[in-house]
Amino acid sequence: MATRHDTTASPVKGGAAPGRPPEDAAAEKERRRREGLSRRWQRDIRWSPYAFVSPFFLLFVAFGLFPLIYTGWASLHQVELTAPTDMNWVGLRNYTRIFDDEFFWNAAKNTLTIGIISTVPQLLMAMGIAHILNYKLRASTFFRVAMLAPYATSIAAASLVFVLLFGRDYGMINWGLDAVGINPVDWQNDKWPSQFAVSTIIIWRWTGYNALIYLAAMQAIPQDLYESAALDGANRWQQFIHVTLPALRPTILFTVVVSTIGASQVFGEPLLFDANKGTSGGAEHQFQTLGLYLYEQGWVAQHLGRASAIAWTMFLILIVIGIVNYVISRRLRASS
Amino acid sequence: MRARIRTARKAMVVAAVASLGAGLLAGCADDGGGDDSSSGGSGGDSGGKTTISVGLFGTMGFKEAGLYAEYEKLNPKIKIAENVVQRNENYYPALLNHLTTNSGLLDVQAVEVANIAEVTATQADKLEDMSKAPGVDKSKWLDWKWQQATAKDGKTIGLGTDVGPMAICYRTDLFKQAGLPTDPAEVGKLWAGDWAKLVDVGERYKSKAPKGTFFMDSPGGLIQAVLGSEKEKFYDASGEIIYKTNPAVKAAFDLTAEAAKNGLVQSQTQFQPGWNSSIANNKFAAIACPPWMLGTIKGYSKPDAAGKWAVATAPKGANWGGSFLTVPKSGKNVKEAQKFVAWLTAPEQQAKLFKVQGSFPSTPSAYTMPEVTGAKNEMTGDQAIGEIFAEAAKGAPVQVIGPKDQIIMQGLTDNGVILATKGKSAKEAWDSATKTIDNKLDQ
Repeated sequence: MATRHDTTASPVKGGAAPGRPPEDAAAEKERRRREGLSRRWQRDIRWSPYAFVSPFFLLFVAFGLFPLIYTGWASLHQVELTAPTDMNWVGLRNYTRIFDDEFFWNAAKNTLTIGIISTVPQLLMAMGIAHILNYKLRASTFFRVAMLAPYATSIAAASLVFVLLFGRDYGMINWGLDAVGINPVDWQNDKWPSQFAVSTIIIWRWTGYNALIYLAAMQAIPQDLYESAALDGANRWQQFIHVTLPALRPTILFTVVVSTIGASQVFGEPLLFDANKGTSGGAEHQFQTLGLYLYEQGWVAQHLGRASAIAWTMFLILIVIGIVNYVISRRLRASS
Repeated sequence: MRARIRTARKAMVVAAVASLGAGLLAGCADDGGGDDSSSGGSGGDSGGKTTISVGLFGTMGFKEAGLYAEYEKLNPKIKIAENVVQRNENYYPALLNHLTTNSGLLDVQAVEVANIAEVTATQADKLEDMSKAPGVDKSKWLDWKWQQATAKDGKTIGLGTDVGPMAICYRTDLFKQAGLPTDPAEVGKLWAGDWAKLVDVGERYKSKAPKGTFFMDSPGGLIQAVLGSEKEKFYDASGEIIYKTNPAVKAAFDLTAEAAKNGLVQSQTQFQPGWNSSIANNKFAAIACPPWMLGTIKGYSKPDAAGKWAVATAPKGANWGGSFLTVPKSGKNVKEAQKFVAWLTAPEQQAKLFKVQGSFPSTPSAYTMPEVTGAKNEMTGDQAIGEIFAEAAKGAPVQVIGPKDQIIMQGLTDNGVILATKGKSAKEAWDSATKTIDNKLDQ
């Protein structure tokens, strides 16, 4: 407030106050005051929005961009967690070795298969649930909130429960299988059962979330479309196929993209499912995902350089997936 | 007027953003001191009392044995606050991270024996020399225990809390049903001198075993026990990694894999939920058993198992486990923490800890104290177990431990011998384990 009395700069053009002859000292003072305020007003209009969005960008630079660049730098070095400042330049060796790192490719394959067997049923089930929730139901709010409960549950708590359910010797699922005469399955140590079990945790956690997204999109579909479809003699199923699905196409694309990105970063579920010591994803790495392998290299084996290279490779893979998604969605949009 | 209100609002927003940002930054700066609420912002000095924060993993039992309360009584100006992480696999990476950045460290940090070589070799400059702490007398500790935490320049970064002299705990009821002797002295004689004899006893057990039970609990437990009696396992005395060429390691691996393949060992991984349940369900007859294991057994057993266990001498002297307490230089109360650690690891306190928690003292003068000689365990009934473990402690080899012991051991068990229970041959299991280990060791 102190500055407004000693403004000496020339009046800004287009100020809010009309120019007046400076005959009266008091009026002159008032005019200057107004001009000063108007300058401040303009600066406010111009710069305030940047100030308001800056916290995100400052935090992003500190916790997003800087780690990204630092990781890139570290990936070109041999560097250990025990002495992170002691870097040894190795160029692209950390990247080239990935090509014949069988553990990396094993993890990549697992990430893909777990991604598929978790994402596909998850989205199909979400669609079905959303369709049911879209009917007139008693206590529909309750069901909608209940759908979100798994998503709100801590992933650690959920996974620990699943570990117990999928226990080989004393787990409830094997106990149930045994009751109907099926031999117990070793959910931890066999390849497909373990991947299936990990996927179950992911499905359980995210189905409701996706269902709510679908539901929101379904409720935006105009009711008269259904009415006219009904008039034309379409039954519920035909309405779903010919009215609901086409209208949901952008939403489906969105969930597919988000789920794909989520699936390629799966980490917590396999880490916690291996109630063992954790990071190798089972005795034969049968459910070790890329995220888990990255963690193992960085935090267990303490090779920050190698881990950084894996992180950047994952990042590049994600970009490729993003581009593919973009291309497909454009094609789809063009064809509709 | 409008402009003034706007300015005031803007100032408020700026202030709000600034305070939020400051809060975030402060949150980061205080990371690691986390759970110790009383130390936040007051420099560890609240209400005229100095709070010593202690970082531990698993159940180390100082609190349970009443040692904090005792020390607080002796030193009215001191308060002890512990921060426990359940698994060392989660505790150690965080500790290492804090050590390398030299921030977020508590006043006292525990280090497991599998990690002590790495900490000693790479982080000694961030830790106090405990041999110079007031009241510390080097001669009180087992020499090998003392050496494990001593760097090449003679600096000792941690004081030993306990050791894990190995014995074999077995179920007298199951042994009896299988036609084996049950008296600890006789049982010990069955396998004295050679781990292979232990496996032979397993064959005898299996031929008449009660239905659904196994001789031992897990392949991981067996190989851990066998390797615990070797002087050199994964590293030689000069610090070279020899785990792949050391015949002792291969022999231990093959012995375990064969036993696992022949069904003498239950297909479990130790400390997993399935393993815990198999204790509760009395599924195995014997287990390689440092004193702390009795605590674990007690934790998972049903009440009716009490008194059915007994402790026999292991085939060879061996050690499994044991921890150290270190004092980081960047802690808030270094001097007080050193005094506290010296007191906590003194023979008298170690004896008390054994009595309550089963952590075996690393100071031989404690072995003649009544808390140790007369020690009985709920699980082993009337048997006085202190002497067996004291003998085992003295007979344990001075083992060469290396920085990556934990990674190698974990690879051999979790990615190795466990596979033999799934029908893989010993060779396949060995190949799988070494591939995993080499990938982790390769920088």
